[in-house]
Amino acid sequence: MQKFNTLKSVPAYLPIVNIDTDMIIPKQFLKTIKRTGLGKNLFFEMRYNDQGKEISDFVLNQSPYNDSKILIAGKNFGCGSSREHAPWALLDFGITCVISSSYADIFYSNCFKNGILPIILEEEKIKELSEYAGRKEEISIDLNDEKIVYGNNEIKFDIDPFKKKCLLEGLDDIALSLKKSDKIENFETNLKNKKPWIFND
Amino acid sequence: MSTTLYDKIWNDHLVDQQDDGTALLFVDRHLVHEVTSPQAFEGLRNSNRKVRHPNLTLAVADHNVPTTDRTKGIADAESKIQVDTLEANCKEFGVQLFGMDDKRQGIVHIIGPEQGFTQPGTVIVCGDSHTATHGAFGSLAFGIGTSEVEHVLATQTLVQKKAKNFRINVNGQLPLGVTSKDVILQIIGKIGTAGGTGSVIEYAGDLIRSLSVEQRMTICNMTIEGGARAGLIAPDEKIFNYLKGKPMSPKGDNWEKALNYWSTLRTDTDASFDQELNLNADEILPMITWGTSPQDVITIDDKVPNPQSESDEDKKNSIERALKYMGLKPDMAAKDIKIDKVFIGSCTNGRIEDLREAAKILKDKKISSHVNAMVVPGSGLVKEQAEQEGLDKIFVNSGFEWREPGCSMCLAMNADKLKPEERCASTSNRNFEGRQGRGGRTHLVSPGMAAAAAISGSLDDVRKYQN
Repeated sequence: MQKFNTLKSVPAYLPIVNIDTDMIIPKQFLKTIKRTGLGKNLFFEMRYNDQGKEISDFVLNQSPYNDSKILIAGKNFGCGSSREHAPWALLDFGITCVISSSYADIFYSNCFKNGILPIILEEEKIKELSEYAGRKEEISIDLNDEKIVYGNNEIKFDIDPFKKKCLLEGLDDIALSLKKSDKIENFETNLKNKKPWIFND
Repeated sequence: MSTTLYDKIWNDHLVDQQDDGTALLFVDRHLVHEVTSPQAFEGLRNSNRKVRHPNLTLAVADHNVPTTDRTKGIADAESKIQVDTLEANCKEFGVQLFGMDDKRQGIVHIIGPEQGFTQPGTVIVCGDSHTATHGAFGSLAFGIGTSEVEHVLATQTLVQKKAKNFRINVNGQLPLGVTSKDVILQIIGKIGTAGGTGSVIEYAGDLIRSLSVEQRMTICNMTIEGGARAGLIAPDEKIFNYLKGKPMSPKGDNWEKALNYWSTLRTDTDASFDQELNLNADEILPMITWGTSPQDVITIDDKVPNPQSESDEDKKNSIERALKYMGLKPDMAAKDIKIDKVFIGSCTNGRIEDLREAAKILKDKKISSHVNAMVVPGSGLVKEQAEQEGLDKIFVNSGFEWREPGCSMCLAMNADKLKPEERCASTSNRNFEGRQGRGGRTHLVSPGMAAAAAISGSLDDVRKYQN
């Protein structure tokens, strides 16, 4: 997994609440058996018309937002389907940080498995940052210091320390868990005695 | 200390817990389907890892399968690759698969309970948000992403943080024609699509206890639409009777041992919850969704909302956006909404009781001439049962198409989809923009309400057709 440390970009602002993962990447693109290549279809239905042409007033079709690495969006971002194709599509487009006042649980956890930092901020701070997006000014994210720097201001954000460590170091979850193989084996041995029907032995 | 049902299952599955609360949770049952698993199996292959417990894993293809004649195979090349990939992966890693021609094939959340793979007190995961369905059996069941699917395949565990306890008590009796689908739509309307975020919801109260196993599944299924990852109901005699003798249920001595354990699975009377909500079942009416979020609910007697009467700017904007997408006028009566299609099926309402409920309304009636309607049974076994009861004939005689099992038009990954601006009364779970096909317009309803809409040609009140 790609490490996340600092990031500087003009943020793109999508002022819609309850953006669901069907909106982020519609089902016709879930037929892939790969993790890559989904960026061109990110927000497909808002981004392209029926003839497949770019809709010019959609934010990610405009410069400089077509190169944004940071997306600011309305509350409850990523609700609905568990599809990890949603963070894969964001990542493939180049977005590695999302800022919203809240996220759906599964999407939130999927971000961390893919080196994407989902930041939670209060609504009023989001309004402030969205003005920077409107003026096409860059903002910077510093994960280690848990802060966003914009102009002469900065905002602190909170993040779970373990999730932060995994992002900073680009750690592989599975390798970490396999280090606890002894504990898993112990658990399984107890389970076989306590609930023999689980293994159907 | 007094604990909730969720606390008990959680504590019973802790393999390890770090000081910051991050836990490693044992997974008893892992369901796998073709859409969210290929990258996980590829990940295993790339790092030379095995599936730790193939016998705790069950796979089925459901999202991409055609619901028409299967002898011709899958026409769409990409869908075919995905289904073939699942088959190859299951073979390589030794995972049991119900293939497209197996009569046990069906929607992953319908076959789990049907086979007795789903059991009380277990932790069940699947790369699918509607895994919450299995909570009806008193299991902790939730959807996960593909990276987590790979993690479970490799380690039989999952990294998790404990959620909050949220209890919804529903007491009283449902009026005639009102079903558990209306109950959960009502709940989502009340708490909103983010109302359950960060929580596990336990459904309790005498109405919940009076519901059949399948009706409970409908409620738990749509818990995710309220933002909670899992919904659960304490298991009781109905659940134990349902599971007895199922192919993968415990047998002999193990059955007795399991039963003893399952009987302990309930929230202590003085356990405390972070949040509680009380609902009176007698006040619930047949519901529909008018907009593009499952929280956009009104009763069939209501009118579509008017954005002008909304003071909150965000809400006003989203009502306007939804009305525009749905092609509806403010203050329009629900019963004046004319429909083009009807879809009965999905992991929410594709079980035998759902089909019986719809067939009861459709018996000796014809659907409206401008309506195109289909029934997609949730599994091969549901289909077989329905045919034994003659339900297929009732559907076909009324003008419905009778299809092969799968997810079908719930998310339109196969050939079954809405055309732009087509309007559908659907028993599925999501009315998002484009969910049932680009530009398609979805109204979520119960199976009885879907049947009533098919007959009337507009959204209608199922109570009109109750005998």
